[in-house]
Amino acid sequence: MNGMFAMGGYGAYVWSCFGITLIVLVICVVQGRVRHNRTLKDISARLRAMETKS
Amino acid sequence: MWKFIHKLASPPHFYRFSAKIIPWFAGVGSILVIYGTYAGLFLAPSDYQQGDAFRIIYVHVPAAYLSMMAYSIMAVSAAIGLIWRIKLSHAVAAAAAPLGAWFTFLALVTGSVWGKPMWGTWWEWGDPRLTSELLMLFLYIGYMALRAAIDDTVKADKASAVLALVGAVNVPIIHFSVEWWSSLHQGPTIIREGGPAMPVEMLYPLLAMILGFTFIFGALLLGRVRTEVLFRERRARWVRELVLTGAGPG
Repeated sequence: MNGMFAMGGYGAYVWSCFGITLIVLVICVVQGRVRHNRTLKDISARLRAMETKS
Repeated sequence: MWKFIHKLASPPHFYRFSAKIIPWFAGVGSILVIYGTYAGLFLAPSDYQQGDAFRIIYVHVPAAYLSMMAYSIMAVSAAIGLIWRIKLSHAVAAAAAPLGAWFTFLALVTGSVWGKPMWGTWWEWGDPRLTSELLMLFLYIGYMALRAAIDDTVKADKASAVLALVGAVNVPIIHFSVEWWSSLHQGPTIIREGGPAMPVEMLYPLLAMILGFTFIFGALLLGRVRTEVLFRERRARWVRELVLTGAGPG
């Protein structure tokens, strides 16, 4: 492996830490988006149900 | 200034204003993190004791710092919500919890992976820094579980705020644990007597990572507060107009 990426033998430790950090950040972004869209959908569904009732 | 703050605390204004600043926070944060990652991994010299393993600091320290920052935000917002009954502050507290839990998880995992080559162990039970950080993860999970268990938002806000405040004593314990007790964990690196214990080529990427992660955290937090505000205001006219005019998910 290229010396720059081998990290003096600590490559597996260093890269896994940066990898998991990226994964957690992506989860945070996606989870936030999903919840926001779900909330919007729930509200609009409730409003529509109310409209058809009245 | 007060007028601005007052206006911002009103849910519809917050909802619109935050949509404008989130992209800026995310953009500035991303640029800083990309620079910090590159400089931290490839430009900074390796540590004379730890070799290249020290580079884990560039993700571990921002994660650990934000895990405690998130708890502080959660506890202070919960207190403000309890005392002054500002609606938005309970929303902030509720929004900070899942993010704080993720950053705590990240701090624990990266710390563990760093500990293996340096201390020879993934985990040390009874170590004050490690144990108090783990306790914080449980506090976040308990906070979220409590909120999820109470249907009434007002009651959930009050009960969870009390839990957040009781757990807040853990934050200074985490911070000072390496000074009060003997710990495997190393002491402070940046904010210490005699200035930072690293050369600037190591320090600047770390500062960029801390600042960049803070901006990204800010963007994530604002996004979650928007969702909370939307849910809490679901019966308000502005939300009805927003949803029915098909402003769409955003």
